[in-house]
Amino acid sequence: MKKQLLATVIGLSFAATTQAATPSIEEMWEIIQKQQAEISTLKNQLEQNDSRITETEIIAEATVSAVEEISLAPAASNKTHIGGYGELHYNKLEKDDGSGDKDTVDFHRFVLFTSHQFSDSIRFFSELEVEHSIAGDGQVGEVELEQAYVEWDLANNKSAKAGLFLMPVGILNETHEPDTFYGTERNAVEKNIIPATWWEAGAALSGELSPGLSYDVAAHSGLFLDSGEYKPRDGRQKVGKAKADDMAFTGRLKYTAIPGLELAASLQLQTDMRQGEGEKIGGTLFETHLAWQKNDFQLRALYAAWDFDDAINSIKAGADKQTGFYIEPSYKITDKFGVFARISEYDNTAGGVTDSAIEQYDLGVNYWLHPNVVFKIDYQNQDNSAGTGSDGINIGVGFSY
Amino acid sequence: MFHSLLNKLSRKVIFTGLLTTTLLASPLLIAKGVYQSGPDFVAEVFAPAQPEAGVLWFNDDIRQQAEKILGHRVLGLRVRYHQSGAKTAWILNEIGKEMPITIGVVVDRGKISTVKILAYRESRGGEVRYPAYMAQYQGATLTDRYKLDKSIDGITGATLSVWAVNKVAALALYYHSQVMSKPEAKE
Repeated sequence: MKKQLLATVIGLSFAATTQAATPSIEEMWEIIQKQQAEISTLKNQLEQNDSRITETEIIAEATVSAVEEISLAPAASNKTHIGGYGELHYNKLEKDDGSGDKDTVDFHRFVLFTSHQFSDSIRFFSELEVEHSIAGDGQVGEVELEQAYVEWDLANNKSAKAGLFLMPVGILNETHEPDTFYGTERNAVEKNIIPATWWEAGAALSGELSPGLSYDVAAHSGLFLDSGEYKPRDGRQKVGKAKADDMAFTGRLKYTAIPGLELAASLQLQTDMRQGEGEKIGGTLFETHLAWQKNDFQLRALYAAWDFDDAINSIKAGADKQTGFYIEPSYKITDKFGVFARISEYDNTAGGVTDSAIEQYDLGVNYWLHPNVVFKIDYQNQDNSAGTGSDGINIGVGFSY
Repeated sequence: MFHSLLNKLSRKVIFTGLLTTTLLASPLLIAKGVYQSGPDFVAEVFAPAQPEAGVLWFNDDIRQQAEKILGHRVLGLRVRYHQSGAKTAWILNEIGKEMPITIGVVVDRGKISTVKILAYRESRGGEVRYPAYMAQYQGATLTDRYKLDKSIDGITGATLSVWAVNKVAALALYYHSQVMSKPEAKE
């Protein structure tokens, strides 16, 4: 560019001078001197222009960087996050013995997640829930703090937490946003045996033993069975002035080395579910599950079994063993549309001589309007040997963000 | 028997021990999940070649399409990449559930050759960084609807992290196509 300009200037100057009469050597020398001066001036101007261009490039780069920094800053620097989920259910169920129908609409759960990142390695997470839409004296619902813990990293792939946290048991207990599972209502086995959703207060360590094999160990508050109660679900104290005379311990191993596959087993020990009141009732819970996704097909299967001290049989005969399982195949016909079937059985008095198992069959569809917004409809049929089962439909809409 | 033994040992001692152990370990706090730096990733994927650094400026079309792929606004004015011949490498951040995941993607002639998690900051779903998960993306191309042409098997309980990687992989394929369609693009 510079050379072209100089050549043009020299060429033009030369052409102009040759049009006049042939100059003397002195005149030529004078012309050359003038041209040299012009060349020097032009060179200086070019250098100044070059320097200005470089300067402009630097300014432009700085401006773009500053604009990017400002526009990207809110996302990068936001240490407090809000999230949540909710689900509205309509249930129309008829009892097999005609003893009563259920025909209700219920905003079953409305949840707010709040989390805060104190530093790269220390964070807080919480979940606050309104169940059944309204809470207070004489109302049907509850306001519950389901999670509130501080977690900190001890090393890569090893962390500790302390506070109020969800038990590392089952498939739904820790991940229960409505868009992540099939069926309007959560499955009856995890609800009545595990019992999900289940949280306690304590401390836990989590980490990886090897790639794809992780562990959780936790020491935490225990269940409390008040007089006359025998089901684990009744024993949830929800960390509200909870009796802490006798603790509980939970461990889980999880295998996730193969894409799409999760295999896990949890073991929990309750030292005394009477919390020192009356005859001691200790118990152990064993739970194992598989969640396997291959392309559009998914299979979930879970087995859970409680083994309580015999003393519980004086509260309810056969309650020393409480077990349940379910198998749930599903298929995503399109990205947005999936069908599922579930066979489940649970028994809160499986240690007894009579057949007290409750069987349930579910068949339904999920339609994801958006990956985080789902509509559900399913048919459920629950049977037991007493003939007091029910059947009917559930319709729901759920979301998470 | 086991229960009474534990009672004798005193559950509270165990609890206190667990808490104390974790607290004592606190000074050793290490920032979670940074597995490889961006420059190291670029050097590794192009070795022994020396890639050239490039910048793809967002015009309206590119921004709109990127926003469709990600499902949210795209901030910034441009994206940086590295290129050697028909191979480009992109380092992009995308939030899984709450925290940004830093993902390195290499595209060679319109197909994904490498996806690697460079930093993972979410509490759950760290499995996504395993080579077995990342290998699923190899050879993936972009469909006419700007999605990956391969089905990716996910992680139970961490669907959002897998979606984030899927979106970034699709976005890198799209950005690559834009770089390659530039007149000066090298084939």
